[in-house]
Amino acid sequence: MSVTADAIPEVQSAVKAGAAPAIVLEKVSKWYGSMQVLRDITLTIAQGERIVICGPSGSGKSTTIRCINRLESHQEGRIVVDGTELTDDLRALDTIRREVGMVFQSFNLFPHLTILENCTLAPIWVRKMPKAEAEELAMDYLRRVKIPEQAKKYPGQLSGGQQQRVAIARALCMKPKIMLFDEPTSALDPEMIKEVLDTMIGLAETGMTMVCVTHEMGFAQKVADRVVFMDRGEIVESGTPARMFNDPQTDRLKLFLSQILRGH
Amino acid sequence: MADIAAEAAVPFAARQRPPAAVVGPAAWARTNLFGSWWSTALTLLIGYLALRFAWGFVSWGLVHAVWSVPHNDAGQPNSAPCRAVIGIGACWAVISDKYRFILFGFYPYDEQWRPLVCIALFLGLYGVSANRRFWRRELGLVWIAVLALIMLLMHGSATLGMTVVTDDRWGGLPLTLILATFGLALAFPLAVMVALGRRSRTMPAVRLLCVVYVELIRGVPLISLLFMSSVMFPLFMPQGVNFDNLLRAQVAIILFAAAYLAEVVRGGLQALPKGQYEAADALGLSYGRKTRLIVLPQALRIVIPPLVNTFIGFFKDTSLVLIIGIYDLLQSGRAAVDDPVWQGFGNEVYILLAAIYFCFCFAMSKYSRGLERGFSRSRVR
Repeated sequence: MSVTADAIPEVQSAVKAGAAPAIVLEKVSKWYGSMQVLRDITLTIAQGERIVICGPSGSGKSTTIRCINRLESHQEGRIVVDGTELTDDLRALDTIRREVGMVFQSFNLFPHLTILENCTLAPIWVRKMPKAEAEELAMDYLRRVKIPEQAKKYPGQLSGGQQQRVAIARALCMKPKIMLFDEPTSALDPEMIKEVLDTMIGLAETGMTMVCVTHEMGFAQKVADRVVFMDRGEIVESGTPARMFNDPQTDRLKLFLSQILRGH
Repeated sequence: MADIAAEAAVPFAARQRPPAAVVGPAAWARTNLFGSWWSTALTLLIGYLALRFAWGFVSWGLVHAVWSVPHNDAGQPNSAPCRAVIGIGACWAVISDKYRFILFGFYPYDEQWRPLVCIALFLGLYGVSANRRFWRRELGLVWIAVLALIMLLMHGSATLGMTVVTDDRWGGLPLTLILATFGLALAFPLAVMVALGRRSRTMPAVRLLCVVYVELIRGVPLISLLFMSSVMFPLFMPQGVNFDNLLRAQVAIILFAAAYLAEVVRGGLQALPKGQYEAADALGLSYGRKTRLIVLPQALRIVIPPLVNTFIGFFKDTSLVLIIGIYDLLQSGRAAVDDPVWQGFGNEVYILLAAIYFCFCFAMSKYSRGLERGFSRSRVR
């Protein structure tokens, strides 16, 4: 709740009715050793839908979205992304990673490359785009996240908020169909959270399918089509933001909301 | 806000220079050398000893030194003037008389321009490679071409009308440079592969192989490896098959250096944050591209200091080949004073050898520090 909800304009839903779902998770379970971290996660995300996953730390929310592009592998159940099922088949994995962009809590920009090189790397090497075209595309996205003037600098020369905006631009340069955000604002100083959230809201307005793990409830309220609450590796409750925040059904969500509100 | 305003009221210009008492050589000496009576006493004592040693060296090496000796009609040097000053003055005449043997070993006297050109080629190669502007793919081709040319020059070719000099007559500085340069140039790529193999999660067999290789090689001294390559290896080969001694020593050095370098490189791979691997994966980069474009450029920069440390160590360790009868720079120097005329003048020769080794090692060390600075300038705010 660090950004006041009123400051964020309502974003129209972009869910495409009748289209094939963007992501399907069916009874997904995962263990670390003998500890179960995901229990029968079942979740269908429509094209253009914007999902916010929230929950206390250790609830499995990050693990869930990291399973979607297989940074973590699941042991039971099925995950289908953009019509391709995630298996050990490397070709399927390549296809999916090309269509799914990801933004990390700690930015993970490549420090030895300039901002522009960070953005053009994947288009050039994965999409086989000519360098000039990739640079044009990257500059276009850097303008959209409002930092084209930093293109020649190195990540270490930028502030946290600027780095995270570059990370978003870098992911968008691959023209993904789906964007995953893993706590994109958690490592930022308060004054930089807004600039990153504004960028994400701008992205939501383009109709991108988005899955965000975040504690920014103001963002969830205005942007999300659906909020999913997870605790101890399972989905406890899900629904529209208005229903979730105003009329929580389970005690666990009530407790979580009261803690979040007290925390801010 | 009030604090900020008060701060701004103090004129900044007035505070730009620290008081004279805390800067400058006089202040430095006062704090570091004469801070208390105890440190003053130590400073005086060490200063006295340093001066005594320096004067002793100047007296021996310059004032009482013998720079040349007369030769008899047959061209044989007469070392009597040197023997007269033993213990008082240096005999640099041994170097002016024997320097070609020290530098080139038993290489035929009339053909010694060839190893000399090789030394120049090596130095040129190092010079060009040191410049980051030339770090392109073509540089690899330049290396292959120059190293091939060096081998051709050293060995000679009958078809080109050059006298063939087999490698049992090679020696001195070119041989040391060959062992070190070929050794490290081939060990380094091997080390990178072993380090990557050791971290492989998908290929347990490869990982095991790399672990066994590193542990096995690292567990034995280089000397024993050289002995094995020179004495034991031929026993296992079928009759008549024979690799030459130098090649076997070279292979032993490569394998040994690679095991050490692999561990250095692995350190760099481990120091790289996990997020870098994940970001590369999430962008859909393949394993090869991720390794070449993201992982290695960063991991190798992290390990420049230990890498150069290992390089320097191996440059000097090449001198161990003397135990299997290869005349590298050190062994040629030792052999030079086996000459009955010059027996007993080892000190002078060893000082020369030390100076040569020092020049190469210091250049490496100096260059690596410059490289670190150059890299960090582009990354840090």
